[in-house]
Amino acid sequence: MPQRAILDHEFIDWTKSSFQLLENGLNGSARLPFHGVRKAAVAQFAKLGLPTTRDEEWKYTNVLPIFKNQFALANQEPVVAKNAIDAFGFEGLRDKMIVLVNGRFSKELSTLAIDDSTVKVGSLSDAIARGEKAVQEHLSRYADFNSEPFVALNTAFTLDGTFIHIPDDISMPHPIHLCHIVVAEDAAAAIASPRTLMVVGKNSQVHLIESYHTLEESAHLTNAVTEVVLEQGATVEHIKMQLESKSAYHIAASTVHQAEKSCFSSVNIDLGGAIVRNNLNVVLNGENAESHLYGFFRTTGSQLIDNHTFIDHAVPNCESNELYKGILDDSSKGVFNGKVLVRQDAQKTNAFQESKCLLLTDDAVMYAKPQLEIFADDVKCSHGATVGQLDEDAQFYLRSRGIGEEKANSILRHAFASDIFERIEVAEVRDMLESLVFEHFND
Amino acid sequence: MSDAAMKELPKSDYDDKFGSQEQQETIERITKSEYKWGWTTDIEMETAPKGLNEEIIHFISQKKNEPAFMLEWRLKAFRHWQKMEEPRWPNVQYNNIDYQNAYYYAAPKKQKQLKSLDEVDPKLRETFDKLGISITEQKRLTGVAVDAVMDSVSVATTFKAELAKHGIIFCSFSEAVQNHPELVKKYIGSVVPYTDNFYAALNSAVFSDGSFCYIPKGVRCPMELSTYFRINAANTGQFERTLIVAEEGAYVSYLEGCTAPMRDENQLHAAVVEIVAHKGAEVKYSTVQNWYPGDAEGKGGIYNFVTKRGICLDDNAKISWTQVETGSAVTWKYPSVILKGDNTVGEFYSVALTNNFQQADTGTKMIHLGKNTRSTIISKGISAGKSQNSYRGLVRVGKNAENARNFSQCDSLLIGDRCGAHTFPYLEVHNKSAKIEHEATTSKVGEDQIFYCNQRGISTEDAIGIIVNGYCKEVFKELPMEFAVEAQKLLAISLEGSVG
Repeated sequence: MPQRAILDHEFIDWTKSSFQLLENGLNGSARLPFHGVRKAAVAQFAKLGLPTTRDEEWKYTNVLPIFKNQFALANQEPVVAKNAIDAFGFEGLRDKMIVLVNGRFSKELSTLAIDDSTVKVGSLSDAIARGEKAVQEHLSRYADFNSEPFVALNTAFTLDGTFIHIPDDISMPHPIHLCHIVVAEDAAAAIASPRTLMVVGKNSQVHLIESYHTLEESAHLTNAVTEVVLEQGATVEHIKMQLESKSAYHIAASTVHQAEKSCFSSVNIDLGGAIVRNNLNVVLNGENAESHLYGFFRTTGSQLIDNHTFIDHAVPNCESNELYKGILDDSSKGVFNGKVLVRQDAQKTNAFQESKCLLLTDDAVMYAKPQLEIFADDVKCSHGATVGQLDEDAQFYLRSRGIGEEKANSILRHAFASDIFERIEVAEVRDMLESLVFEHFND
Repeated sequence: MSDAAMKELPKSDYDDKFGSQEQQETIERITKSEYKWGWTTDIEMETAPKGLNEEIIHFISQKKNEPAFMLEWRLKAFRHWQKMEEPRWPNVQYNNIDYQNAYYYAAPKKQKQLKSLDEVDPKLRETFDKLGISITEQKRLTGVAVDAVMDSVSVATTFKAELAKHGIIFCSFSEAVQNHPELVKKYIGSVVPYTDNFYAALNSAVFSDGSFCYIPKGVRCPMELSTYFRINAANTGQFERTLIVAEEGAYVSYLEGCTAPMRDENQLHAAVVEIVAHKGAEVKYSTVQNWYPGDAEGKGGIYNFVTKRGICLDDNAKISWTQVETGSAVTWKYPSVILKGDNTVGEFYSVALTNNFQQADTGTKMIHLGKNTRSTIISKGISAGKSQNSYRGLVRVGKNAENARNFSQCDSLLIGDRCGAHTFPYLEVHNKSAKIEHEATTSKVGEDQIFYCNQRGISTEDAIGIIVNGYCKEVFKELPMEFAVEAQKLLAISLEGSVG
């Protein structure tokens, strides 16, 4: 495919020249060891190139239309009015916000103040500059830029982001809300590369909310990478909400590394974006660890939302649970690829996975690939996938009680989605999402 | 990173987790049983020179006295094949195949034109007798018509006259090319075109024989039709081609069995099966595949790379695949159904058992194109020893396939802790009225179940046999009776020594 080669080469050339620009602007920080990682990542990206639908992992998601746009690295310091952010906060959590504009930590807009001096929440670039121990130990260790082109791209352009370190035995009394905003100022589409590193110490507990928004309707690419490390006995709830504009492109990779007895729960909500790809990789690397992954997406128009999850049971006696649901309207496309790997000797593993989707029109398409790879015998693993319509019996039940067709369908869709929303532990987020999605159903 | 973190379990712990010493020993004994069909027959063979080129294809075509269209088709396929790359996406590993270092034509040397079955070389008959396939009249008792294929050449077909009374054509592919060229020309490559994949192209270029079956309109085939394949000669590839055409309202049940001698080197088997079901026709295709799987160290064995596909051309047709896969070193096979007509039905029932170093990547494709089409997939994978067993399946619902319905269930059973079970289901749904369900589970033979049997005086080995057979019951019940018995026995033998 010659067209592919041109686009690919053009974009690789663009990354090289943009990287040069970035390097020139780094001043002193180019001497920090992390810059070596950036250099390796940009070289690796040039080697990997953009994935095509010939790659099994990208079979149903063609990213090339994204790169027909002219891109520019997002302006790192645009002016954003404080009241513009208000709409993105959650009722009751407006003073718990960390705001990132075009991937860069904004001190002015962030409202979170932490009393405990041992807990660190702040700019990633500051943490890199300080030579923070946890950063040196963990940054770029889990998100693999050797095989994932978009992780390589993010790593090459990681200038800033969020660093969260919660020491041992601390239960955070409130959630932390990371609010990502993209502001495009030039004619060229912006690329933002937000990076998040969160390290949660032994027996500590935290709820992390990541939300992604577009300030003004524009085509832009958010290429996010999040690394979460759970030490022994840590408990983390990670809620990721992608609410960008319908012309935005969003590619995100979250990598979670779990030690013994840790418990990770993830809720992944996608409502916005033109082409969206989420990669969620969880490694259960200590015995008796637990993972719960939930996801919901709702697509209209010609949106494409692709969720890839990968759970790696590396040691015995761990448990994982997964439930992803989607509602597809118009000519939108949905992709679910859930992979569970149970390694040799990871005995007594329990792994359950389910994917359920509703197709509302004949033009909507759903591709599902629930995949199990099992190398140990004493395990209980199952997966299920369904694609279909609303339950006719339930529809009949409601309609026979005088509820109109539209209303009945709306109630049933709401019930379908509630299955996921119920899992959200942070009440403020749950309420807001419910009303947001319910609004959608009433359209 | 994670590999380093993986801990070896201490031995005593291991015993606790994986059953008693005795249980493990029984497993070991069962998995180490030997292949019982591993002998060769010393029959004079006629082979073409080694290697693959246009000359060989001319040679094969000439040898078979084929009409020009066949030669042309073969050459087209060969030229296309040269441009193709060997697929590497299946979840299996094997050494590269040297396509130039094999014989593409090996046939038992014919003394003279055979007039009746009695004239078949007694050695050949002995071979098939040993296999339990008596080509001769014994089969009248069981009422199965057999077409036996040895090293790609069909050697005998029984019951031809009886079938001819009903207008059924059941003969070797070469005979069909001679006697019914119009049918062959019409249907060959219509379901699996030579451009389909690497091995289908190779087969199209060099296939030397196979079976052909044609059931005319409204005829219900009075007996089971059966083909038996055997690879005998060393260094040969077996490339047979089966074509089944069922006209409007016809019905046929077709069986296929395969064995091969034990050899240290790997042999390639790349077959193509095409089924065409017209309006209201029903074709049931059952396979018991028991090619030589290689020895306990993984040496030798057959590479079984097969393309099987059926098409329900018109309304209300039905195609059903049932397979019991216990042999072959590497299996790569996806019997598929294209549901083109309205109200058509596709079924796939499979038991795939791998032991020692066997690898299987098998499953099905159900392509829903017509309205109210239905498909069922039941796949039971059993892995023992150090084997890898994968299910790979595709269910696609086209845009116009209103009210398509699919139910898939793929279960895996693991026996031992050094084997793997994998599932790669693909669901592609383009129509909102579709109802697609997929379920998969993976587990091991329950210790409580074994305990229950032990308590009642059933040895662990027998208990495993009972449990595994029970697990496969859903598939076995789809097999014709004689085959079901054979399949159960085969399963017991393949599992011998693997209990846990």
